[in-house]
Amino acid sequence: MRYFPTGRGPTALAAETLDETLEIEQDFTLGVGPYKLAWLRLRRNRVSLAFGVLFLLIVVLCLLAPVYSHDIANIGPYTQNITGTVKVGGKVEDIVSLIGIPIGPTWQLHHYFLGADDNGRDVAVRLLYGGRNSLEIGAVATLMTMLLATICGLLAGYFRGLTDGIISRVLDVIWAYPAVLLGIVLGTVLEVHGLGPFHGTTLLSTAIVIGFVYVPYVAKPIRAQVLAMRDREFVDAARQQGLSHVRIMTTEILPNLASTIIVFIPLILANAILTEAGLTFLGAGVQPPNPSWGTMISDGISTIPAAFHNVLIPGIMLVLAVLSVNVFGDGLRDALDPRAKIRLGKE
Amino acid sequence: MARFLVRRLMVMVALLFVISLVTFMLFIVVLPNGNPAALLAGHLATPAEVHLISVRYGFDKPVWVQYVKTMANIFDGSAYSYQSGFNVLDEIRAGLPATLSLSLGAGFIWLLTSILVGTLAAIRAGRYTDRVLTLLSMVGVSMPVFFFGAVLIYFAGYKWGIIPLGGYVPWTQSLTGWLWHLVAPWLTLSILFIGIYSRILRSTILDTINEDFVRTAKAKGLSGRKVLLRHVLRNSLIPIISLWGLDLAQVIGGGAILTESVYNLHGVGYLAYQSVSHLDTVTLLSIVMLTALAVVVLGALTEVFYAFLDPRIRLQ
Repeated sequence: MRYFPTGRGPTALAAETLDETLEIEQDFTLGVGPYKLAWLRLRRNRVSLAFGVLFLLIVVLCLLAPVYSHDIANIGPYTQNITGTVKVGGKVEDIVSLIGIPIGPTWQLHHYFLGADDNGRDVAVRLLYGGRNSLEIGAVATLMTMLLATICGLLAGYFRGLTDGIISRVLDVIWAYPAVLLGIVLGTVLEVHGLGPFHGTTLLSTAIVIGFVYVPYVAKPIRAQVLAMRDREFVDAARQQGLSHVRIMTTEILPNLASTIIVFIPLILANAILTEAGLTFLGAGVQPPNPSWGTMISDGISTIPAAFHNVLIPGIMLVLAVLSVNVFGDGLRDALDPRAKIRLGKE
Repeated sequence: MARFLVRRLMVMVALLFVISLVTFMLFIVVLPNGNPAALLAGHLATPAEVHLISVRYGFDKPVWVQYVKTMANIFDGSAYSYQSGFNVLDEIRAGLPATLSLSLGAGFIWLLTSILVGTLAAIRAGRYTDRVLTLLSMVGVSMPVFFFGAVLIYFAGYKWGIIPLGGYVPWTQSLTGWLWHLVAPWLTLSILFIGIYSRILRSTILDTINEDFVRTAKAKGLSGRKVLLRHVLRNSLIPIISLWGLDLAQVIGGGAILTESVYNLHGVGYLAYQSVSHLDTVTLLSIVMLTALAVVVLGALTEVFYAFLDPRIRLQ
């Protein structure tokens, strides 16, 4: 352990440029694997770690939604309460006033902590349940994108020729659509008619649509990397040894793709959460009364300016979640590849 | 060069064909019996009326015949939407000024701002300015467009009254009105792209600064600013410009849907969104074709521009 420089050590402070840091690291890190090295670099990046922790906190908070709903607030996310009243600081107030203006944040944990929406539902409870939905959709969509994109990129880059031609053309077709438009088209098709086994817009179908839309974005850089790796000697050596194609792809090429894949995951997650919000805002994603940050914002927009907290609160949560994923992902990329060899772009 | 262009053209045409086919099939699959006649006839129609409408509009012909006729109509300019009854080309033409004003205006704003912000962040890399700018870029990238629009409308519109609450004023009608109504949408649309582009530019500049030719230029005695402008920026801007071309095409073709919805600008994006929710195949097909055409054409143009800017590519 004494070989490894920490953030407080004299070496890290003395290094002025990136090159010096890397040189010093090289002296100190004989025999340390690249992932251990990346972890050490990540540990030094306090800001990224802080935002990573923030994201975990948001996730945990949203997962605890049922706890908050049953034990603390005693109200579910679908319970409407337009005509009810609530006691705020000694005064009895209408939850939704006579002209339809819902109450703002009461800052009382046990009811209407963050106020109510125009149907009398508790914003705080909906926020947490909605967060669960939004994050779930984001996670499933990311999983789907990464799986499909890795497979497509691998196959296209490794086999080249006709396989590459077909896969690349299909990716081009998907990519030629603006993402939001494609999402809306697929979402509407699924909602009105269903495609194969999928009917209606459940959360899963929204996730699949979003996952599908971003496949070309990831598959193209992966394919480029596989193409470059294909010509290297170790692949030839593996073929000489008689390894099957599948074996070569999984044991030789895939591990080299790991860095790229790891770097893409937070990026796609952030994009997926944002896209879900956008699709839902346009009505092609999560349908009411299911809560999601997107539905809450779109409902809230209809009550500007009287009850702006309905827009502000879910919006801030959304921005915080996506921001923390983005910053952490950035730190991850810096840790895994400080020379930024992994090119993220739309080539 | 000519062979390259011809090849690109052929790929373009094939791509457009496939896109139109896929979109058409998607909607034929969606509508009951592949037949919009039921939708057109309304709720209280009898089956006989539905059949009459089918025959009159040609919905009972086989799918490929419908496809060919629809595409022919679109290229003729005589296609009209079944839902609204208006000529599709006219509707698109009506929506184009709003969309073009929004997209092109925002496009130039975000390009110039990104160059400024990215260069500044790169020059002051690692220091306070850079950190602040990077954080702002991250926030810009993380903010959903409609949320930022809503916040702007609420604070700058309702509370302080410095921007109008949406709507579009054509510049033929009033130049100041046009500008005033577009400031907030431009800002909203740009924020996302500024975040992305400034960071790409920053990392490209940082990479270029470490190259040998920059060291040579400095050793020759060129001032810092000359080195920056003449050598570093010229190289770093190339990927940015090509990305800009592609993004602009996507935004024009309907990527601005969210902004147009929030600010109530009736442009092409808004039209596209409406046509999807009304299951209006013809309009959607036309708009999708337009977008795909724009993307492919601009893609080819940027590649040509690339070759023009960078002699190394030309020699390949």
